[in-house]
Amino acid sequence: MSKNRKFYIGGFIVSLFLAGVVSFYASSSPDGLEKVAGDIGFIETAKDHTLAEGALADYGVKGIENERASVGIAGVIGVIGTAVVAGVFFKIIARKPEKSKG
Amino acid sequence: MHIPDGFIDVPTSAAFVGLSAVGIGAALKGARTQLDDKTAPLAGLTAVFIFAVQMLNFPVVAGTSGHLIGAALAAVLVGPWAATLALTVVLLMQAFLFADGGLTALGLSVFNMSIIAVWVGYGTFLLIRKILPKNKSSVAIAASIAAAVSVPAAAFGFWIQYVIGATGTFSNSAVFTSMIGVHVLIGIGEAIITGLTVTAVLASRSDLVFGWKNNKNKLEIKNV
Repeated sequence: MSKNRKFYIGGFIVSLFLAGVVSFYASSSPDGLEKVAGDIGFIETAKDHTLAEGALADYGVKGIENERASVGIAGVIGVIGTAVVAGVFFKIIARKPEKSKG
Repeated sequence: MHIPDGFIDVPTSAAFVGLSAVGIGAALKGARTQLDDKTAPLAGLTAVFIFAVQMLNFPVVAGTSGHLIGAALAAVLVGPWAATLALTVVLLMQAFLFADGGLTALGLSVFNMSIIAVWVGYGTFLLIRKILPKNKSSVAIAASIAAAVSVPAAAFGFWIQYVIGATGTFSNSAVFTSMIGVHVLIGIGEAIITGLTVTAVLASRSDLVFGWKNNKNKLEIKNV
């Protein structure tokens, strides 16, 4: 395996592990903005998310009761999804105009 | 710091969609000239890694958590243009797939995290790198300090948006103090994760790291 391949596959596996396994242990306390909004009071102005009923809303897979599995699978889907979208996107961006002329 | 819908009024949110679009347009242009076949995959991996680590909220003070933004990390790894794009991809995935960050607030969040945090982080990185010796640990230290500064910078961005278009009627100065205070603390976590990640990538593939390559190029020019 080339050095390049090893690096990218390694980075991808680390990301899968973090999003798929470690994410279960993440703190569920409100984040900085939410906490400030709650303390000061403007949390009441927040509206529900347009896609709050989505299949992966709030990093959980709808229908999977087991929390560890739910967040883990959502994380894995997110990592793969981001890899596909970002991978294709940056590949297009990096394409040099000289090449497309030929 | 993903802003939900409703905090900031619609006209302000719309204005920041425009500002963010200008920033992304510039980033597209910049990234096009800067990225090549060799560095494009690292930009993709950076987005993937940031998505993953953003799921890992760490406790900050009682009852509050924070997570990596990754703006300074991305700027050091792949350069500020590609960093703006990578962060934007992550924010779009989170808003549309995971209902994290309001859809009408996307322009606000992109502006704070993909633009302000990236560019303040990158500027800080360049400044610090200048005063440190030219070696790998300096790059990691400069990246950590940049990360620490970038988080309250993004919080400052939210505060500006709050002052312009808050739907609530709470004291601007209270929002300022609380937002900056808690995000200075979250910035410590950001600095640690950024420093460790940059160190790891430099150890395995320093040839790909934007913030290190630049350093070498400058040295080469001097040597000539």
